[in-house]
Amino acid sequence: MMSARFSHLARAASMSGGGASIAALIVAVAAALPLVLSTYQVGLATEVLIFGILAMSIDILGGFAGRTSLGHGAIFGVSTYVVIYASVQVGLPPAAAFALGVLAATLIAAIFALLAVRTSGVYFLLLTIALGMIVWGICLRWTQVTGGENGIRGDVRPMVLLAHSRFYWAVLAAAAAVTYAMWRFVRSPFGLTLRGIRDSESRMRSLGYNVPLHLFIGFTASGFFAGVAGALYAMFNNFVSPSTVGLAQSVEGVLMMVAGGVGTLFGSFVGAAAIIALENVVSTYTERWQMVLGLTFILIMIFAPEGIIGKLRAISAPKA
Amino acid sequence: MDRRRFLKNTSAALASLGAASAPWRSAIAQAGPIKIGVLAPLTGVVASGGKEMVEGVQFYLGQVNNEMAGRKVEFSIEDDASNPDTALQKARRLVEQGNCHMLIGNLLANTGLAVANYVKGTGTPYFIPIIAADDLTQRQRIKNVIRIAGYSASAFTHPLGDWALKQGYRKIATVSQDYTFGHEQCGGLAQVFTEGGGEIVQQFWHPLNTADFSPYLGQLADLKVDAIFAMETGADATRFIQQYAGFGLKAKTPLLAAMNGTDQSVIRTLGDDCEGVVSPAHFAEGSDNPVTQKFVGEYETKYGKIPSLYGFSMYSGMMWIDAALKKMDGKAEDREALIDTVLKTELDGSPLGKSVKLDAYGNPIYDVYIRKVVKRADGKFWNVPTTSYAGVSQFWKYDPETYMKQPPYSRTFQGIKKA
Repeated sequence: MMSARFSHLARAASMSGGGASIAALIVAVAAALPLVLSTYQVGLATEVLIFGILAMSIDILGGFAGRTSLGHGAIFGVSTYVVIYASVQVGLPPAAAFALGVLAATLIAAIFALLAVRTSGVYFLLLTIALGMIVWGICLRWTQVTGGENGIRGDVRPMVLLAHSRFYWAVLAAAAAVTYAMWRFVRSPFGLTLRGIRDSESRMRSLGYNVPLHLFIGFTASGFFAGVAGALYAMFNNFVSPSTVGLAQSVEGVLMMVAGGVGTLFGSFVGAAAIIALENVVSTYTERWQMVLGLTFILIMIFAPEGIIGKLRAISAPKA
Repeated sequence: MDRRRFLKNTSAALASLGAASAPWRSAIAQAGPIKIGVLAPLTGVVASGGKEMVEGVQFYLGQVNNEMAGRKVEFSIEDDASNPDTALQKARRLVEQGNCHMLIGNLLANTGLAVANYVKGTGTPYFIPIIAADDLTQRQRIKNVIRIAGYSASAFTHPLGDWALKQGYRKIATVSQDYTFGHEQCGGLAQVFTEGGGEIVQQFWHPLNTADFSPYLGQLADLKVDAIFAMETGADATRFIQQYAGFGLKAKTPLLAAMNGTDQSVIRTLGDDCEGVVSPAHFAEGSDNPVTQKFVGEYETKYGKIPSLYGFSMYSGMMWIDAALKKMDGKAEDREALIDTVLKTELDGSPLGKSVKLDAYGNPIYDVYIRKVVKRADGKFWNVPTTSYAGVSQFWKYDPETYMKQPPYSRTFQGIKKA
């Protein structure tokens, strides 16, 4: 019985040949982008990758554990703050600052998790909003360290990655690695447990699973990935201010996940690309671009509540 | 709407220029227009100020028929949404995609600091007529970031501190929004005032967007001070001035304000409550200088309101760029030369009616007025100069090197001299 279960899991966890070649193709196409895009567009593509990672980290909880977090912007931003503070004020080398940022985000996520895992649904949502607001408040008021409203600036990006395209490739490599890690994570026995909790918490509990512990680990891991995104963002922007840890940041991450498709993981990149492209294209035509963005979300929610990738899957799936 | 119409008109004008000017165009060394990227908050908390910034730019370009040094000017406006991350992204777009020769604008210090950090890497000339953060022209100066037609936050409160001493004030309390702009303005006043023998009795810091000032006003009323200095912007300024009068403090204690507290953008909507408030500034719309009056009159005719700091500063900033470009035959592509020329340009024609030059740190040296809010014949309020301090440097009377060795003004460092 045990061995049967494991072989099933092993099959689920290993990438099929077709899947692997599709993934390789996508990465190859993405890697070729800087050859055809302008430097500004390469910058946007970099941003898509970074926010894609953030949205995926939210998807781990939202799509696979059934708990949508509105506090991930804060976790993401803590990493950004720590990376910039560590390299500008303390003078650590970029790699050490990066590691420290991810560590800080993971710790913050662990604290969030301790407080939030026993809740679900709207309570989980509210609790994560509140925790995020606390982080935002600290960043705003602790002027000596965070620079308050003005934020902190400095050249964080390592010299070798100064060129737009090189930095893009570095982020792409990181994104590919992190995406693979998350994909394995949600397909591991642990990830299946999370899905079990999503579908029926009481059944998982009666089967003897330690539900809070699983959620705690899931939340912390998700925070780790958000931290990676935040650290990359620090190197991309060379600047951080309270708006990076604000509620709007968390909401944007969730919207990207939802637009791409909840529980699809890779949909997050599609959602991030759609939203960032929309923001940039529409804002050239009208200063009311936020309104257009809002309308687009309403349309997505009406016609494709399962998200862009979810909808495509539903269309391409063979009719039963 | 305005912007779209503008873009349409500009492109039409450009197209016709391209067709009509083809024969002699080759005679000019550069091809194409001068591209200026304008960043202004058109949405978000300071959107109303942002709209006036754009008006200032359009007003100037309208007067010169969109032409500087014989070349057409094409300007693109981007909305920074009062958010530093958006500002940064829009700056990237203007520089990397729009190929702008220079950037001008931004209102909130955090947006300006974010863009300044970005242009430090690209070398694009960036002009900041509104951003007042002291350190951008002091301790953390970036050569291509120049505060043409702008001012550093503490530059005007230094002379205000001196003026307060001369009025015989010995005890002052301050109340201010709790962010860098407030810390710096209060610090300038506190340092000069305490070094001259005055005493800062207490300082109140409140969060931005405070709706109810009664907790502060109650305490202020009990302090028995000679004057109260308030550093408020936008809606906070409106509410503070109203509630100050409402509490009956107006009749008892003179109110000194930072220049932004009695700017037109604030007192335009106020009644008698704002009358008599004193503030220091380089620009006073009620000055009897004929050049100032001409500017104010024309602006009022065009936009139906007395120009605010935002309109005035952007207008003067554009004029400064124009003056510099004229000196270098419009070669906006040569960034190094543009920066050097702007730094050396002395601006004569600005609405101030006096010539203005920059110090060695890229910050203008102004004659600073001590202004008082007065009711005009038609019932509108404006700032009228009462005294003036000639040639005020951002370092006041201190030696720049020594001054910059002291920490920047913050909530914890206000330059207060220990008795």
